[in-house]
Amino acid sequence: MSHEENTGAAGKSGGFTLGRLLHSPLALPLIGLIVVSVLMGLASDNFFSLNNILNVLRQVSIVGILAVGMTFVILTGGIDLSVGAVMALVGTIIAGLIVNSGIPAPLAMLAGLVLGTVIGLANGALVAWGRMPAIIVTLATMGMARGLALIYSGGYPISGLPSWISWFGVGRIGVVPVPVIIMLVIYAIAWVLLQRTPFGRHVYALGGNETAAKLSGVKTQRVKLVVFGISGLTSAFAAVILTGRLMSGQPNAGVGFELDAIAAVVLGGTAIAGGRGLILGTLIGAVLLGILNNGLNLMGINPYLQDVIKGAIILLAIYIGREWR
Amino acid sequence: MLELNGIRKSFGKIEVLHGVDLEVRAGEVHALLGENGAGKSTLMKILCGILQPSAGTIRIDGTERHFADYDQAIAAGIGIVFQEFSLIPHLDAVENMFLAREMRGPLGLLNRKAMRARAGQIMRQLAVDVPLDVPINRLSVAEQQFVEIAKALSLEARILVLDEPTATLTPSEVEHLFKVMRELRRQGVAIVFISHHLEEIFEICDRITVLRDGDFVGSCAVSEVDNDRLVEMMVGRRIENNFPPKPAPDPAAPLAIEVEEVQLKRGGPVSRFALRKGEILGFAGLVGSGRTETVLAMLGAGPATRCKVKVDGVETRFAGPDEGLAHGIGLLPESRKEQGLITSFSILQNVSLNNYGKYRKGHWFIDLKKELDCTRTAMGQVRVKAQGPHARVDTLSGGNQQKVVIARWLNHDMQVLIFDEPTRGIDVGAKAEIYALMRAFTEKGGAIIMISSELPEVIGMSDRVCVFRSGGIVATVEGDAINSETIMTHATTGRVEHVA
Repeated sequence: MSHEENTGAAGKSGGFTLGRLLHSPLALPLIGLIVVSVLMGLASDNFFSLNNILNVLRQVSIVGILAVGMTFVILTGGIDLSVGAVMALVGTIIAGLIVNSGIPAPLAMLAGLVLGTVIGLANGALVAWGRMPAIIVTLATMGMARGLALIYSGGYPISGLPSWISWFGVGRIGVVPVPVIIMLVIYAIAWVLLQRTPFGRHVYALGGNETAAKLSGVKTQRVKLVVFGISGLTSAFAAVILTGRLMSGQPNAGVGFELDAIAAVVLGGTAIAGGRGLILGTLIGAVLLGILNNGLNLMGINPYLQDVIKGAIILLAIYIGREWR
Repeated sequence: MLELNGIRKSFGKIEVLHGVDLEVRAGEVHALLGENGAGKSTLMKILCGILQPSAGTIRIDGTERHFADYDQAIAAGIGIVFQEFSLIPHLDAVENMFLAREMRGPLGLLNRKAMRARAGQIMRQLAVDVPLDVPINRLSVAEQQFVEIAKALSLEARILVLDEPTATLTPSEVEHLFKVMRELRRQGVAIVFISHHLEEIFEICDRITVLRDGDFVGSCAVSEVDNDRLVEMMVGRRIENNFPPKPAPDPAAPLAIEVEEVQLKRGGPVSRFALRKGEILGFAGLVGSGRTETVLAMLGAGPATRCKVKVDGVETRFAGPDEGLAHGIGLLPESRKEQGLITSFSILQNVSLNNYGKYRKGHWFIDLKKELDCTRTAMGQVRVKAQGPHARVDTLSGGNQQKVVIARWLNHDMQVLIFDEPTRGIDVGAKAEIYALMRAFTEKGGAIIMISSELPEVIGMSDRVCVFRSGGIVATVEGDAINSETIMTHATTGRVEHVA
């Protein structure tokens, strides 16, 4: 990592050494990833096969993409509970536009991306100019988006999509699944935004000290608007992949995904209060969650128990993370 | 009563205290003096168990003590009132004083009556009259301070540390605090008093201990030293004159900002003032007289019922500090940590925070190399002492932090800078450097509004002074009229005209 890396916590300059690596905010998520991978590898022969690894990444892609938007929001000190519901609404509407309204699929997808962004921007506007807490605003949006998805679809999945749509969910380029490629591209763009643009610095500044940022002339309200817009947009991208995977618009999809996305962000070392964290950490956090899901499945553990184990691991990770600093 | 001997403290490889002694007797007020970064706060943190010394001993009444944490120090009779209070804003004085050790009745419920009685008793002991039943955040800063002191006393503190208690008080509140301190001294409490105001040392303290760069410089009775000698002990050299010379007044200089009217709240006074290019306009007045509120209102960052501003002769309405920035007006707030800096950021990130226009690559991206070069230049200009541009600002001393804030604005091509308490909590040496930077800015045609509660600073730096009282300007003075008597008279008795 170059020492210009914008972690929110300024790094010390110097060469690449083990000590520096251990002080990087990525150290803990990486160690977690390695430990969990090794454990899973020991428990299951299949785990380290290329096929399984790509499979894990494919499964991770939806939550992974939601977690990108979530990272932006959390870095500013906010939270977005609406991502799962917005994803369901956008997916339902894309499917409905294609199947019921006969709109060409690419156009319907574009409309879905616009819808997601608009909902995100609405969240942002209410937080920034309405001066309402993000947790309340997005909780309300979550309920409304889910309700609208159910109304629009009548409560039933909308199926009958052209078969090529499945390319977004299960297609491959070479050996690599398409959703994985989409996810990695989104992460790359997010990295550039956070590390190489003034907007990215303002995101960290807002989470670090909103008053200071505002008084020094940063347009803090606009930054809030944009981070929620980004979260809406990434929710819509997740919806496209979801639609491709399920080959239908599912109004009930993505329940609880906002919590997985938050877990990925936090496991990735981003401070829940904002100001510190790296997008690469979120990717590691999302993959870590995915490996846990995959590994616990491969081990044949009761799904109810899996939730308990995942919860315990998140608590443990956060506890270790705090002691580490 | 209290004896610290040969205290050393290292953080990693760096030793910050090199064998410091401090001896405080019962019934005395003992001043702990030193520039920022001299080691006062570290020493006090060691005394109250928050930090552990690397070497040296702490004795209370002759017995050696080790404090593993703050609670053990409290149990040993040490009370500390930090610069930033540790009170819960929505609880009242009684609830705050007995927080986490509430008195309980027979059913385990709160015994408010007993707590209130005890609180009242301590307040009487302090000879202060603080409302006990209203939320702390509705009390004045001074009253909150008394609650902190009362809290320490309710814990049977016999050694009381006051860390810069007067920094945010008005002169009459300071007087009241001193009265309380004298009363405590009479009752045999040992008080360690930290302050940057030397005149206060002479007024209230019995003995002094001076630290410099982590070294123990000396201890003596206040009567043995004078002002110059104290400063010399603190900085190791004599500072003859802190203030750069003032230029000849130029009434014909064009106006940078003209505020035709500003009213903070309905029924309050309406103020007007003008800022000339090349001048430093002082805003004097007591804390709470509306100085900061007026500049915030001007920038659209605070409430106002009326506000009419002209910038370079053109009527302008600001919706916030970002628009002030666009017009070349920058604000350096009074509280650097809460309002000025992103403390988790590096110097570089703090300096460039609001000036990415200067180093863009392909419109959207930051030109990292240029950013680094510009930051180095800006740091050099204001002489920030730090390991480098990537050092975190929360590792810097107060003076260097303020220089980082100044560097941020000098990195722009600004017309007007508003300094709110530019040297609060900053040591003597760094003060002089900041004054010089301010003058250098006005000599190049910039204009400065300087809000300050330190009269010597207002008098030494300002070309003209607006004196505030009760939310508005009551007088504007210049030339020989800039003296402490005139300013204090206006600030305490000036006529306020209320306008509906």
